[in-house]
Amino acid sequence: MLASGRTSRWGLRTFALGYLALLLMVPLGMIFYRAFEHIGPAFTSITSADAMHAFYLTILVTAIAVPFNTIFGVGCALLLVRTNFRGKALINAIIDLPFAISPVVIGLALLLVYSRTGWFGPWLDANGFQVAFAVPGIVLATIFVTVPFVVREVVPVLHEIGDEQEQAARTLGANWWQSFWRITLPAIRWGVSYGVVIATARALGEFGAVAVISGRISGQTQTATIWIQQAFGNYDQAGAYLGAVVLALLAVSILVAMNVFKRKEA
Amino acid sequence: MSTALTETSSAAPSRPAVWPRLGGAALGQGLVIAYLSIIVLIPIAALVAQSTDGGWSAFWNAISNPEAWWALKWTLIASLIVVVVNVLAGTAIAWVLVRDKFPGKAALNGVIDLPFALPTVVAGITLLALYGPNSPIGVNAAYTKIAVVAALLFVTLPFVVRAVQPVLMEVDIEAEEAARSLGAGPLTTFRRVILPSLTPAILAGSALAFARAIGEFGSLVLFAGFIPFKTEVMSGLIYQGIGSGNLTGAAAQSVILLAIALVVLLIFGRLTKWSLRHAG
Repeated sequence: MLASGRTSRWGLRTFALGYLALLLMVPLGMIFYRAFEHIGPAFTSITSADAMHAFYLTILVTAIAVPFNTIFGVGCALLLVRTNFRGKALINAIIDLPFAISPVVIGLALLLVYSRTGWFGPWLDANGFQVAFAVPGIVLATIFVTVPFVVREVVPVLHEIGDEQEQAARTLGANWWQSFWRITLPAIRWGVSYGVVIATARALGEFGAVAVISGRISGQTQTATIWIQQAFGNYDQAGAYLGAVVLALLAVSILVAMNVFKRKEA
Repeated sequence: MSTALTETSSAAPSRPAVWPRLGGAALGQGLVIAYLSIIVLIPIAALVAQSTDGGWSAFWNAISNPEAWWALKWTLIASLIVVVVNVLAGTAIAWVLVRDKFPGKAALNGVIDLPFALPTVVAGITLLALYGPNSPIGVNAAYTKIAVVAALLFVTLPFVVRAVQPVLMEVDIEAEEAARSLGAGPLTTFRRVILPSLTPAILAGSALAFARAIGEFGSLVLFAGFIPFKTEVMSGLIYQGIGSGNLTGAAAQSVILLAIALVVLLIFGRLTKWSLRHAG
C-alpha cells in the first residue's frame, strides 16, 4: 500500500514525527529547560506557603472527587449493563454531558446554584455553609468534570465479561455482595483502575471550572493549576515553569500507569 | 474516551437483574439519578434559567453584540481548522503507529495520550516556552490566532489518533494486496479500500475533538489570551463576563455554546452510524 513506496513511507514517518515533535515533545522539553534555567528563585517560589497550600489543595480535592466518582461509576455501570429500565438512554447522555461542556460554563453553572445569589446560596448561607469560593465548590466542580471516566471504562468491560459467572455464584448460594466482591470486581479491576487514573489526571489538572467557582484566594482556594497561572501573571515565570514541571511529571507517571493498566486489561 | 460516542448508543442486552435484594435495582437507580441531578442537572438547569433572566432581547443581545458574535465565529472557525488538521495529521500518525516500524515506536505510542494527562494550563505554558516572547528559535506566536489553533491542536491531539488506530489494526491487509495486484495505485487503494473502513472512526474522533475545541479554556489563558476581535474565543468571553458580573449574558452565551456542542455531537453521531452502515 502506501508503505510499499519507500518515499511515501519515509514521508509519512517524517511528517508524523515532525508534527509530534513540534507540537508536543520539543515544547515539553523546553519547560524543563526554562524551570532549571533559574532553579534558585523557582525553588524558593514553589516552596512558598501559598504554593505549597495550592498543591496540597489540589491533592485534597482529587482525593475526595475521584473516590466519589469511582463508587458512582462502578454502581452506575452495573445498573446500565445488568438491568433494564426506562430512561437508560437519558442517563447515558447525561454521563457524557461533561465532555461537551466548557469548563468555564461548568464553573458558571455551579456559581448560579451555590453563590450567595444562587439557587441554594441563601439557604446555605443561613445555615453557615459556604460552597462557592470555598473548598466544597472546588470539589463539586472537580466531581462534575470527572463524572464520565470510570463509567465509560467499566461499561464495555462489563459487557465483555457477561454475567454467567455471577449467575453461577448466585446459584451456588452467594449473595449479591459476595458475587460482587469475588466475581465482578476482580473481573473489572483493570477497567476501574484505568478509569480512576484518567479521572485523577483530569482532577489534578482542572482549571477553568475551578478558576470560576474557587474565587482564587491565594493560600485558601487556590489550586496548583491556578497558582501556576497567577505566578506567571505576576512575573514569577521561573516558579510557574517549575510548577508546570511538577504537574507534567505527575502527568507522565499517570501516563505510565495508564499504559500498564491498558495492557493488563487487554 | 474515544469510545464514549459509540458506547452511548449501544443498548445493553436484556439480562436478569442480580441485585442485593428485591428493590435493590430501584434503589440503585434512585441513587444514580440523585447523584447526577446534584452534580450535573441542577447546575445546568440554573444556567438555562439564568440565561433567560433578562428576556429574549437580552438573550439575543448577549450573543449578537459585535464582540460576542466575533468570538462565536472565531471559536467555530478555529475549531473547524483544528478538526481538519486533526483528521489529516491524526490519521497519518495512526498510520505510522500501526503500519510503520522504527526504533522507539512503542514510546511514541505512549506519548500520544500525554495531552489527556497533562493539565491544560501546563499545555499552554509548554507552548509558550517554545513559541512565546523568549522563544529560543525566534518564533513568537503568543497572543495570535496561530497560538489559539496551536493550543487547540495540542489538547485535541489524541482524539482522532486513538479512534483510528484500533480500526486500522483490524483492516484486512489481503484486501489491500488484492487491490494492488489488480493494478490499483497506492492512493486509489487508500481511498477505495482503506478509507471507507476508517471513516466512522475518523468522524467519531473529529466529533470529540470539535466538542473539546469549542469549549477549551485552560491552554489558551497564558498562550493566546482573550483579546477581543483578535484571539478571544467563547470560553474567554464567558469568563470575562462572569468577572464583570454580567451573569445573565455569560449564561446566555454558555447555553449557545452548549447547544452547539450537543448539536455537533448529535450530527457526528448520525454521520458515524451512517458511515458504519456504508463501510461494507
